[in-house]
This record gives sequence, structure tokens and C-alpha cells, in this order.
Amino acid sequence: MTPGSNYTLYHPRWYRKRVSVWWWLETRPYIFFVIRELTSLAVAYFAVVFLWMLKALADGPESYARFLARMQNPGLAAVNTLGFLMILFHAVTWFNLAPRAMAVRLAGKRLPDWAIRGANYGAWAVATALVVWLAERG
Amino acid sequence: MTPMHKLPPLLWGLFSAGGTIAAFLFPAHAFMTWVAFPYAWLRPPSYDYLIHMLHSPWVRIYFLGFISLPLFHWAHRFRYTLYDGLQIKHLTLLIVTLCYGSALAGTAFAAYVLWRMP
Repeated sequence: MTPGSNYTLYHPRWYRKRVSVWWWLETRPYIFFVIRELTSLAVAYFAVVFLWMLKALADGPESYARFLARMQNPGLAAVNTLGFLMILFHAVTWFNLAPRAMAVRLAGKRLPDWAIRGANYGAWAVATALVVWLAERG
Repeated sequence: MTPMHKLPPLLWGLFSAGGTIAAFLFPAHAFMTWVAFPYAWLRPPSYDYLIHMLHSPWVRIYFLGFISLPLFHWAHRFRYTLYDGLQIKHLTLLIVTLCYGSALAGTAFAAYVLWRMP
């Protein structure tokens, strides 16, 4: 490949029909697929907000109180509620795909999908209860 | 094998680990921080309690992974969302730098914040 050529990595210039940038609005499964992919934005946003909270904790009690007050801003709280729903959508789609991602074998037999899914939802319930209990203890 | 060939499996591994943390632990934390505390359904933990918890190195390591791995999950997934959604695969270098670079920067900052935690 010469530096000036129009070839892109792995792709020779073959004939392809142009696909609209809005292809994902065509059918319901496409829309769900794109929403699922976009949940990563809510995941990253929450990681950043959580980091912001840790920084507030490092800065002292006043900063932590300011952080909690900031979260109560009505506009921000509305956006964050939507973010929470996106994270919930991520979790549900993640667990539902778990049987596709891991084939667990027990005594030579592959565990059925419902068992893997059920184990994931069970572990999720335990993790959620533990986190809320630890937070509410203090 | 060049180092470039070892990178994609590592990135998929980080995507998977981060997605798992985000699925198991983010809903509970996000529900409290974003919904239950602001709307006063639950009482937020006190400053003293959280600082007490953060004295443990294990809790700090937990929070480092809690922030870092989901950032890499985002970096990897969002990269492909941009490819598919906006058809801008030709901007690979820029997208890859911005996505993984942000995840690395977030990780470094989280490590710094947790390190200097009182």
C-alpha cells in the first residue's frame, strides 16, 4: 500500500450500495440495537460522576455536601434519571446475552440458557442488596 | 505477532470486564446517587462513614476498577457505535485516540484521587 493510495485498511474499493446514516431507524430491532450500544454513554457518564463524588470526598465534607446538593438540581436529576434507565437497559441486555457469551458445561452437558440467565439475575440481586445495605449502614 | 495483534483481544477483555461491572454494580449505585438520594427516597451515607470505608486499600482498589473498567467498556463500545452509526470508519485513528485516551486519562485521575484520599 503506497501512502497516497485510496485503499483503506483491510478494504479494497469494491462496489457497495450506499447505506443511509439513518439505517438504524428502519426497524424496531435496529432501534433497540442502537439504544443498547448508546447505553455506553450513560455508563461512562456515571463513572465520571462517581469520580467527581470521590474527588469531592477527598476535598472535604463541604465539597461532599455540595456534590449531593448539585445532584438535586431538577434539570440534572431529570437527565440522571434517564441515565439510570439507560444503565438498567445495559444491565438487562447484558444478562440476557450472557448465555450467548459463555457456554457453561456441567458433567459434560451444556447448561441451558435459562440457568445461566437465572444465575446472572440472582447474582445481580445479591450484589444490589449488598451495595444498598453497605451504603445505608452509614 | 506484533504488539498490534495482541491489542484487540485485550480491548475486548476490558470491554467485557467493564460491561460486567457496569451491569452488576452500576444500577444499584446509579439508582442511589442519581435517583434515591436526590429525590430523598434514601438517606445518603455520611462523609465520615465513606472516609472510614475508604481507609481500606481494598475499597480503594474496588473503586479504581469500578471507574476504570467501565470507562474502557465505553471506549470500546462507543468506538464501534461511531463506526456503525455515523459511518466514519476512515477516522479510526482519531476515534481510537479519543476513546481509549479518555479511558486512560480517567483511570489515571481516579488513581490520583484515590491515592490522595485522606
